[in-house]
Amino acid sequence: MSEQPQFGITVDQNKSLPEGASEVHAIVSVEAAGAPAAAAPAGAAEVIIIDTSGSMSYPDSKLRAAIAAAQTAVDTLRDGVLFAVVSGSNTASMVFPQTPRLVPADAGSRHAAKAALKALKAAGGTAIGSWLRLADELFDPYQDGIRHAILLTDGKNQHETPEQLDAALARCSGRFVCDCRGVGTDWEVAELRKVSSALLGSVDIVADPRDLVADFQAMTEAAMGKAVADVALRVWTPQNARLRFVKQVMPSVADLTARRAEAGPQAGDYPLGAWGAESRDYHICVEVPAQPVGQELRAAWVKLVVPGGPGQEAQVLATGNVLARWTDDEAAATKINPRVAHYTGQAELADVIQQGLQARKEGDLATATARLGRAVQLADEAGNDAITAALRKVVDVEDAATGTVRLKRNVDKADEMSLDTTSTKTVRTRKKEG
Amino acid sequence: MTEDQSVKPAELACPACGEPVYPGEGFCEACGRRLGDGVAAPAPEPVRACAGCAAPAIDADGYCERCGLRQPAERDHYEIELPGPNGRLLAAGGSDRGKRYSRNEDALALAAHPTGVAAVVCDGVGSSPTPHEASAKAAATGADELTGRLGKGEDFEAATRAALIKAADAVAALAPDPDSAPSCTYVSAVTGPRSVTVGWVGDSRVYWLPTRPAGDGPRAGAEVDTAELAIGDTGASEDTADSAALGPARRLTDDDSWAAIMVERAALTEAEAEAHPNAHVITGWLGADAGEVAPHVRTFTVDGPGAVLVCSDGLWNYLPQAEALVQALADASLDPAGDPLGAVRTLVRRALDAGGRDNITVAVIPVAHPHTEQPR
Repeated sequence: MSEQPQFGITVDQNKSLPEGASEVHAIVSVEAAGAPAAAAPAGAAEVIIIDTSGSMSYPDSKLRAAIAAAQTAVDTLRDGVLFAVVSGSNTASMVFPQTPRLVPADAGSRHAAKAALKALKAAGGTAIGSWLRLADELFDPYQDGIRHAILLTDGKNQHETPEQLDAALARCSGRFVCDCRGVGTDWEVAELRKVSSALLGSVDIVADPRDLVADFQAMTEAAMGKAVADVALRVWTPQNARLRFVKQVMPSVADLTARRAEAGPQAGDYPLGAWGAESRDYHICVEVPAQPVGQELRAAWVKLVVPGGPGQEAQVLATGNVLARWTDDEAAATKINPRVAHYTGQAELADVIQQGLQARKEGDLATATARLGRAVQLADEAGNDAITAALRKVVDVEDAATGTVRLKRNVDKADEMSLDTTSTKTVRTRKKEG
Repeated sequence: MTEDQSVKPAELACPACGEPVYPGEGFCEACGRRLGDGVAAPAPEPVRACAGCAAPAIDADGYCERCGLRQPAERDHYEIELPGPNGRLLAAGGSDRGKRYSRNEDALALAAHPTGVAAVVCDGVGSSPTPHEASAKAAATGADELTGRLGKGEDFEAATRAALIKAADAVAALAPDPDSAPSCTYVSAVTGPRSVTVGWVGDSRVYWLPTRPAGDGPRAGAEVDTAELAIGDTGASEDTADSAALGPARRLTDDDSWAAIMVERAALTEAEAEAHPNAHVITGWLGADAGEVAPHVRTFTVDGPGAVLVCSDGLWNYLPQAEALVQALADASLDPAGDPLGAVRTLVRRALDAGGRDNITVAVIPVAHPHTEQPR
């Protein structure tokens, strides 16, 4: 691996607690600065998974767009990056190379891969778990480097059981990162979100197949821009404390709480996947034993680590302290940190959008109106313009400040799905504290 | 009364070269550095076990690796002892963060001068930025200036006034801009063989606590020659306007505070004023926003053994009356003039037990006590 970027952790919180209080909130920002943009990490591997179920040829433009997008992705691979292309239907099969292995990208292999893509035909069903298992086999010998997959599908996972998909996700989790894209409107946002969040990737809708090319290029470039594979947030908490949650809140909302892997006494690792020249924010909530007024506690000690193998020490890239200090100064103790408030609102925003869309689907229009109205209000408060725009395609806004809305009668299915996939995307606090 | 004398007989050393120096020396005999900086608090032992859970695991940042508790800072609790040539303490002082504040914003400096002791206590003004820096600066500057001037034989009152002004200038210089002015109170006490001179701005106080006779009789001052009331060999003070002989226990300072003004105007009784929410609003302080500082200076003559008590409001909030202080020490069978360190510890403990709502700082200087007579 080439030169590592400089990592930094900053913690934003109100550490003052009133007497007897025990809940500590903090926003932990992890930033990599000076990541070598051009310098390629030596060990990068990419697997492109294209859905070739029969539905991909209705209309045929879907498959043609997917092939063009995959070809662009292949072109974006740097020389030396190990890659393969997989096609998925009832089972997964190799498109390029023909045997299940990864090959280094160069002019020859890129040309051969693009030719093989061109010959793809659509037939059969959808069994995403089996596709992921083949990708996992391909990545298996290369667990030290950056491992990224792109999964493109247009349908529901109909040809294997949910249990089969869950088992595949459990197997693949932590072994590679996977960004998922749904094309058309016949796929399930919740299903694909389950895949992408288990594999620490993103999910999005590509409503128009013509947009696929640019999207694939962006995803491959982002994957190539990663400088460190497999970082984790290691969180130490005091004895008798309880870590209530660890959530990624920027660039999107993702609850990591259940992904804890124990990492020594009073500490657990939360996997973050690969990291490039980027910053992400995490909301941490810890419950600590209340202390007498005047005492100060380290409520959490947060470290960005590259976990070592068995028996190896983890490499610590950056650290930060979440503190708690008990005070009888009521004004100080009741102040809510603006960034904590901002991201708490954005997490709620994702929830109310998903609940509102679900209620709408079930015909519970009162709940749908209330939830989506609240969403309009939260998005407005947060200055989340992307979500505000997506919401306005689903509801008519009477008053954003109070969240007064009416459901639109006719909503384009793609707009509804787009709102769903956008719901977890957050914006940073409007900078006023300088 | 003086059982505690075996505790930590700190040896004084020149801050520049480390050679031993003795109280009263103006300059180091080895390197010639001017002495008289306030004696620094002894560095605490390296912390090994957590103050909260006793785990032997304190990390480099000062947090316990088991329970997370931040370990007490050096300034959270410290004692200063000023040993005399005969092994007895010339003075003792103590400061404690208290229970409500996360930081000790009081500061204390004690130093010997040729005929006695100089003590400075400062209390950072909580509403100002970095008040702990203001108080530390003021106490160190004041004590340094006092010992420098007294070492040259300057008059007590002139030295007191000059030291206070110098401390005020030093605190004012801390302000990065006029809207952000670290500030603190200031009180000093300079003792001579038969006198005490106090100077102050703000509401930190000085009390006189006479030694009580063992029996019920008059003051046990047999060994004190009351004829020798003149003010030491620094030369008699020209300004003796305030000078008054000290008798029973009493307060020697008047607060620069809203409460004091109310009492003076007879608008409120002392008890009413101290219970009022404005009680702690001070009308004088050191800081860039203080305007021209007007030091109050008074000198008193001492005709019998006793102790001068210098303290911040963290103590006197709980024991405002001189008699209450005397009683608190009597309850512990302590004569502050005979056991100044014991008295300091007793009073700090009393304030903590009473709630410790503020930082607590106490200095005790025995005067005209046979144990503390210094060779001339």
